[in-house]
Formats: sequence, C-alpha cells, structure tokens
Amino acid sequence: MALESIIGHFNVVAYVVLMMVGFYAMTGKTNLVKKLVGMNIFQWSIILFVVSLGAKRGATIPIVESSHDLTSTATTTLQAAHYVNPLPHVLMLTAIVVGVATTGVALALLIRIHKQYETLEENELLERIRATAQTNTTETNDQ
Amino acid sequence: MNVQQSPLPIIVVAAPLCVAFILPLVGLWRRSAVFPLSIAALTTCFAASVMTARAVLTRGPLDYYLGGWEPPWGIAFHIDHLSALMLLLLSFVTLVVGIYSKRSVLHELRTKEVPFYSVYLLLVTGLVGIVSTADMFNLYVFLEITSLTSYALVSLGGGPAVVSAFRYVILGTVGAAFYLLSVGYLYSVTGSLNMADLAHILPDLYTSNAVLVGFAFFTIGMAIKMALFPMHAWLPGAYSNAPSAVSALIAATTTKVATYVLLRVMFYVFEPEFSIEMIPVTQLLSWMGAIAMLLGSVMAIAQSNLKRMLAYSSVAQIGYIVLGIGLANTTGFIGGVLHLVNHAVMKGCLFLVAGAIVYRTGLREIHELRNLSVRMPWSAAAFTVAAFAMIGIPPTGGFFSKLYLILGSIDAEAWIFVAVILLSSVLALAYFANVIRYMYFPASAEGDKTPATDGPVASHDAPMEMLIPIVVMALSILGLGILNGEIVSLFLEPAVPASFAQ
Repeated sequence: MALESIIGHFNVVAYVVLMMVGFYAMTGKTNLVKKLVGMNIFQWSIILFVVSLGAKRGATIPIVESSHDLTSTATTTLQAAHYVNPLPHVLMLTAIVVGVATTGVALALLIRIHKQYETLEENELLERIRATAQTNTTETNDQ
Repeated sequence: MNVQQSPLPIIVVAAPLCVAFILPLVGLWRRSAVFPLSIAALTTCFAASVMTARAVLTRGPLDYYLGGWEPPWGIAFHIDHLSALMLLLLSFVTLVVGIYSKRSVLHELRTKEVPFYSVYLLLVTGLVGIVSTADMFNLYVFLEITSLTSYALVSLGGGPAVVSAFRYVILGTVGAAFYLLSVGYLYSVTGSLNMADLAHILPDLYTSNAVLVGFAFFTIGMAIKMALFPMHAWLPGAYSNAPSAVSALIAATTTKVATYVLLRVMFYVFEPEFSIEMIPVTQLLSWMGAIAMLLGSVMAIAQSNLKRMLAYSSVAQIGYIVLGIGLANTTGFIGGVLHLVNHAVMKGCLFLVAGAIVYRTGLREIHELRNLSVRMPWSAAAFTVAAFAMIGIPPTGGFFSKLYLILGSIDAEAWIFVAVILLSSVLALAYFANVIRYMYFPASAEGDKTPATDGPVASHDAPMEMLIPIVVMALSILGLGILNGEIVSLFLEPAVPASFAQ
C-alpha cells in the first residue's frame, strides 16, 4: 500500500526530494554560490512538479485537428483524457523566465559582493563587513 | 452582482509599465527628461487610481478582461473596495516617494538615475498589478516583478546592502516558490486559476489534502514575503542598508502588498470558515502576530542605528496587521486593514525623514541626532507626528487602527491580545521617545555631558523637493486619523467578507 502510493505519486516524491536537496544547500552551505544553486534546485523542483501535473498516460499533444471546422460536430467526440493538459506547461514557461531573471539578479549581486569583499564565504563576508563598518564609522554594528 | 467593465484598471498598471521601458531610451537622448517623465507616469497612475476608486464607490466593482477573454479562460483585473483602497494607497505613496527621490538619488546614486527610475516604475507596476489582478498565476508574476525590482533597488545601496539584497533574493524566492507550489496544488484539483472561479469550486473540495497542503504552502510563502516574525530575517538588513528613497518605498509597500495577498486569498478565494475552522490558521497567525509585536519592539529598542530601529519597528507593525487579520471578525479585519494603510504612510514618512537627515547631515545613529529640532525643524516635526502615530496617540491614524484592533480583540474575547497591543504600544513609546528626546531635549538625554550650547545652531532643513513630500506624508497621517470614519464606511465596511460573525 505504502509502496503503491509512492510509485503512484512518483512525481510528488521526486519533487519533494529535489526540494529538500535545494533546501539543504540553501541553509547548510556557507558559500553564497552554493546557496544560489540550492535556490535554483528548489525553484525547479516546483516547476517540474507542476509540469508533471499536466501529463497523462497515453495522451497526445493538445492539438485538435478539426477545431477550425466549426460546422462539423467532431467536438462531441473529443475526450479530454486523450490530450495532455497544456496549461501547466505554459504557466511554467513563465515561471522559468522568472527563475532565470532571479538567477541573473542574484549572480549580478554576487559579482558585486565579490568585487567589494573578495570572498563569497558567508562567515568571512560577515567578518569583513564588520571590519569595514568599524573602520569607516568607528561604531559597532550589531549584526 | 452587476460588474461593470472599464479600462481604468489597465491604465493604472500600464502607465508605469510602458514608461519603465521607454525611460532608458529617453535617458540616452536627454537625461533631464527622465525624472519629469517618471513623475508623469506616477501621476497618471495616481489619477487613474483615484478615478477607479470613484467608479468603485459609486457603481460597485470594476472588471477589465485582458484581450477581451472572459474569465475563467482569460486573465481579468478585478477592482473591488479593498483593492481600490490599496490602489489609492500604493499610487499615492509611490508618487510622493518618487518626488522625494530626485535629490536623494542625485546625492546617493549620482549617475544611476536612469536605471533607478526605470526599476522604480517596474516596481510600481508590480505593486499595482498584484492588487488589481484576479488571476492566481498572474499574481505570481506581479509578485516576482515586485521582488526582483526590490532586490535591485536595495542593492543600489552598495557594500553591505548588496549582501542584504542577496539574502533577500534567497528568502524572497523561497517565499515566491511556495506561492507557486500552492497555485500548482490548487490548479491540480480545481483546474482553474481565476479567483472568483476558484471561490466557486473550492468549497466542495475543502477536505481534499491537495487543497490543505496548497493552503499551508501559500500561508508560509506569504509569511516570508511580508516578514512575519520568525521569517523576518531579510527585512532589517534590506531596509537599513538600502538607499533612503528605496527604504521608504519598500518599507511602505512591499510587505503591505504581501499582506494584501494573504488577506485576499484567505478570505475571498477561500471562505473565512475554511481559514478559521478547517485549519486554525487565523488563530496561528494571531499568535505569530502577537509575538512579532513584542519581539519586534524589543529588538527595535536595542538598536542604535535609526533606520535599523525603524526596520525592526516594521516587524512589530506587521504583527499588528496580521493580528487584526487573524482575529477574523469584522472589527479586527477593519483594524488590520486600516493599520496596513496607516503603517504604509507612517513608516514611509519616518524613512523619508531618516533619508533627509542623512542627506543634510550624514548622521545615521540615534544618539547623534542632538538638536535636530533646531537644525531641521520641519523634518523633526514630521518625524514626531509619524512617531506619535506609531505609538497611537490621537488624532493620528495609528490611534484609530489600534483602537479597532483592541475592540476586535475584545469582540473575539482574546484578552491577552488586548494586553499585547497595549504593551507593544508602550514599547513603541520607549523607542520613539528616545529619538524624540535626542531631537528636542538633548540635555536631558545626555545627562549634562555635552550641554546643548554648541553655539547657536543654524536652521538648515532639507531642500524643498524633499521637505514637501515629507510634510505631505505627515499631513496625510493626520488626515487618515481625522477621516478614518469615512475610510471605514466607504471602503472597508463593504469589503468585509460577508460571512464574518459580526
């Protein structure tokens, strides 16, 4: 029973595993690039999951041949089960674009960080921020 | 329901969007045209919002179907009383901050004027889009437009701001990804993305696990986006390191919009009964809000940097709003939304003043603000008005929203929340009184270590372009207080979900 539900919901299991991998990288790694990679895995696990929602066994691409022929009554014989649902794919296309944009912004930020502090390790970075804050203003930063 | 069609909502969104993409070209041609053009776009946005609000008030909710496709197939914009109020708020705040930003951008960012305004307008597009749309996935896109542009704007602060922006990217993306996941779950069982359509389909599916999981992911995602207490880690750094105008803008808008999304989905897409009874999420939110109010205030007291103090105070204020929503009764709902509006204006005003202080004197620490009332009398006065509103002193707006929140807690017979609201207000008094004491009575704040006689200090307030927006914000805080009855009866009472008990 348990095994059946795991096999039956293979897509769910896959996305949860991927998501946890991403989550681990985001929280457990101190390198900012690894955090970013984790973030990407996290995002794309969700995209894969939503894409898998549209899939159907034995279904074909969602193009209805007779759809332009409005006079025919072919529509009555159409079965939704014969066609893959295209909407999740289209939605995820947008989500992928958003994901690429996010990655781009994050990479640009990383370049700026590296230029300024010459490190991408979180603990070294915090030390250097604190050091510059102290030399600049002679005030203790509570971070 | 007779819903009227109108192109007004699309103008609100399209004006800043189109100009955002034209700006870089205009910047190549003539740099001096960039600022007037952005202000023109923001003014159009504001004017269209006012007209939208008037149409909503006189004739009921407005609809606009993008491309003429009727929902649930096409994407629709739907403006009801709640979104009309949010549109007014957002377009007003962004316009005022936009006017203010000119001097501050020249001062802090120098050559980056063109990308700044371009991204600024995109952010405004995202904000008003979130409020206008009636489509769950469209909302995700607008949410990400808002987030991406705020990452970029925060990072303009340079140095530590870039690190804060990166942290914001990671957490913000997790929040948005959770939202996307919840949309996926809801779509998998309902096959619809339109909010009104979902509201029809969902009640039969309330026991479905997919709906429950989707709802849980949604709540957590939005809690991250609005920096509800345990998920607030990105907020203080982002607010305090960003350039002044950006701090004011995102403090006043982004978290408020996330709260709006929570409200919209919790009470209008799902029915209030679901959010209250099926999973006790409203109760959970109230408690998290209460903890946020106390711990946010305590952390604010511990700060020595003015902007960082204001940022932690935001964490506390989000707690008030969430508490009001979580009470899930009419008075609590009104109090929560009213506080949302008030807080956007008050916190915007406070950050504008903080920016003006940095612009004129370069001071960022609270204990350095000695004699500010003499040096910058108008700014100090505006700060005081906003601080009074944060504490909740009548006749400012903050008093009335807190009053509604307390009445709502009493209605819910949640006495502990009454105590928490009062205690948190006292804590707010503590940290704002500290600042005001340094500004007005430096002698009493310092002991007699450095008497206030550093010679007569010349009054040298912020330049007019900055001062006028500050004063406008301060006046609107008072206006919100005086007109609170009208706001409640015109906008909020029609917006209260029908099934709330009282």
